Amino acid sequence: MPGIWVVGEIADGGLARISTEVATLARGLGETAGHDVSGIVVGAQPKKAADELARFLPRVVAVSEPATDGNAAATIVAERIAALARNSGPDYLLLGAGPEGRDTAGVLSAMLGWPVLANATGLGWRDDGPTVEMSVFGGKLNTTNAFTGGRGIITVRPNAAAAEPAASPGKVEEASPNGEPQLPRVTVVDSVAEPGAAAPIEEARVVVAGGRGVGGEDGFKVVQELAEALGGVVGATRAAVDAGWINYAHQIGQTGKIVKPQLYLALGISGAIQHKVGMQTAETIVAVNRDPDAPIAEFADLVVVGDLFEVAPAITAALRARSG
Amino acid sequence: MRIVVLMKPVPDTAAGGERLGPDMRLDRAAVPAVVNANDEYALEAALKLTEALGGEVTLLSMAPASAPDTMRKALAMGAHHGVLVTDPVLEGSDTVSTTRVLAAALKTLEYDLAFAGADTSDGGAGVVGPGVAALLGLPLLSYAAKIEPDEAAGRVRVRRLSPTGYDVLEAPMPALVVCTQALGEPRYPSLKGIMAARSKEIVTRSLSDVGVTPEEVGGAVAGTKVLEATSPPARAATEVVREPADVAAERVVAFLAARRII
Repeated sequence: MPGIWVVGEIADGGLARISTEVATLARGLGETAGHDVSGIVVGAQPKKAADELARFLPRVVAVSEPATDGNAAATIVAERIAALARNSGPDYLLLGAGPEGRDTAGVLSAMLGWPVLANATGLGWRDDGPTVEMSVFGGKLNTTNAFTGGRGIITVRPNAAAAEPAASPGKVEEASPNGEPQLPRVTVVDSVAEPGAAAPIEEARVVVAGGRGVGGEDGFKVVQELAEALGGVVGATRAAVDAGWINYAHQIGQTGKIVKPQLYLALGISGAIQHKVGMQTAETIVAVNRDPDAPIAEFADLVVVGDLFEVAPAITAALRARSG
Repeated sequence: MRIVVLMKPVPDTAAGGERLGPDMRLDRAAVPAVVNANDEYALEAALKLTEALGGEVTLLSMAPASAPDTMRKALAMGAHHGVLVTDPVLEGSDTVSTTRVLAAALKTLEYDLAFAGADTSDGGAGVVGPGVAALLGLPLLSYAAKIEPDEAAGRVRVRRLSPTGYDVLEAPMPALVVCTQALGEPRYPSLKGIMAARSKEIVTRSLSDVGVTPEEVGGAVAGTKVLEATSPPARAATEVVREPADVAAERVVAFLAARRII
């Protein structure tokens, strides 16, 4: 099956949210280009995720691979997809740009020798091949990229598109691969839930983030309360994470997550470039900072000059009064 | 414990001024280079492990000939050796070429663990580490928040960050670990470290030294290209509020309501 393949990612037994977004973009691309778009899900129990992916795509292959049970999945998934891609000859493989997608894309690229265009914020079609929009140099530049040859792998950023199911659901085929995967296995000995780690900040509509100005672990309570009042999640800068005030899962910026929420509310954040690269594409940016000359004042839409410990609770109270 | 840290010199984002050259590739001469931030976390983790268990840390880079200046900073943090693969042919390499060259170079070294940063601040694809593991048949333990090698058993355990906490992964060594900031803050080089770094050896290797032919790598065979580059639209002017907290709060709420965010 030539054309475009979407690699569906399994999360909690079902389909990862990122895969619904990738599938929506891929379907649009297929319509523009006149190419077939198929989904592929590899896992010990791939059926549920494959069914969900078929809400977005006309054809999905569910590949049963028992080896992902109890082992790290990405390498095994990549090996199976590489084998299928060699046989069936898709031209483009699309994945999410999260940890699983990146691991899978890296192994696929090495095994197939196909190039990677990473962190797409949008996709297009031109001159018989896909074009990939990217935001580079910390958002200073938007680029349009293409492959030089006929084939390639694309990873897509979260929130690059709003997931939209197809008019009618597609069909799911089941497949079983031959033989054992060859690359070395990595055993999953344990899975541990950690308080504060479940922070889907890349998917949130509203992010309220705290920086050095928050001053400590206790200070993040003020951030948390405002986030709750706005129906959002808590983000943080590298300084706040390195100081141990909050879990790394909340970190936004160069060595953390890249977010693009409707509202980014920054409390006590100066807006250094390493943080800016993670949030500057937010639709609306509001900052509360004591220093009117902080870098964040240059790119925020609204800046409140003042003490965050006075202003943030006042905003929380005003929001509660409004909804109350 | 012998650890190789894959390290990339990247443009210093704090200095600003990154730009594309006339060939639509990153103009590496335009901005001073620094050690990629995620690689610093990998190096810090490697240094802590070798301090506790004994052993040595080797830096491995594929980079322009000017890279030793950046490597010295990582040597000043405490790395013992540097290996630089540099060759004019490599200019303009894509991630496929980079993965091939680093894998070929790593193959010539002796190690128990190879570390790579989760991604780089310039390319940001996060695919080279996993690719190197695949080419060399190494177990891939990624998004590490903690790394615990057991030398006697010849195995390594890694806490891999998950959407709800972490998974504990285990694999035999040698293995490749993709490192994150959750491993802990990198140290600043001490004066002693800076002095010591001056006399540490950086071995330079060419493509042929690592057994890669020039036809299979570099800009001439790059699989991706930049078609266009534009500056993002400028944001609207900033509205500044300097009123007491309760008044300011009402202004913020009105602003959010006007934008239909609340």
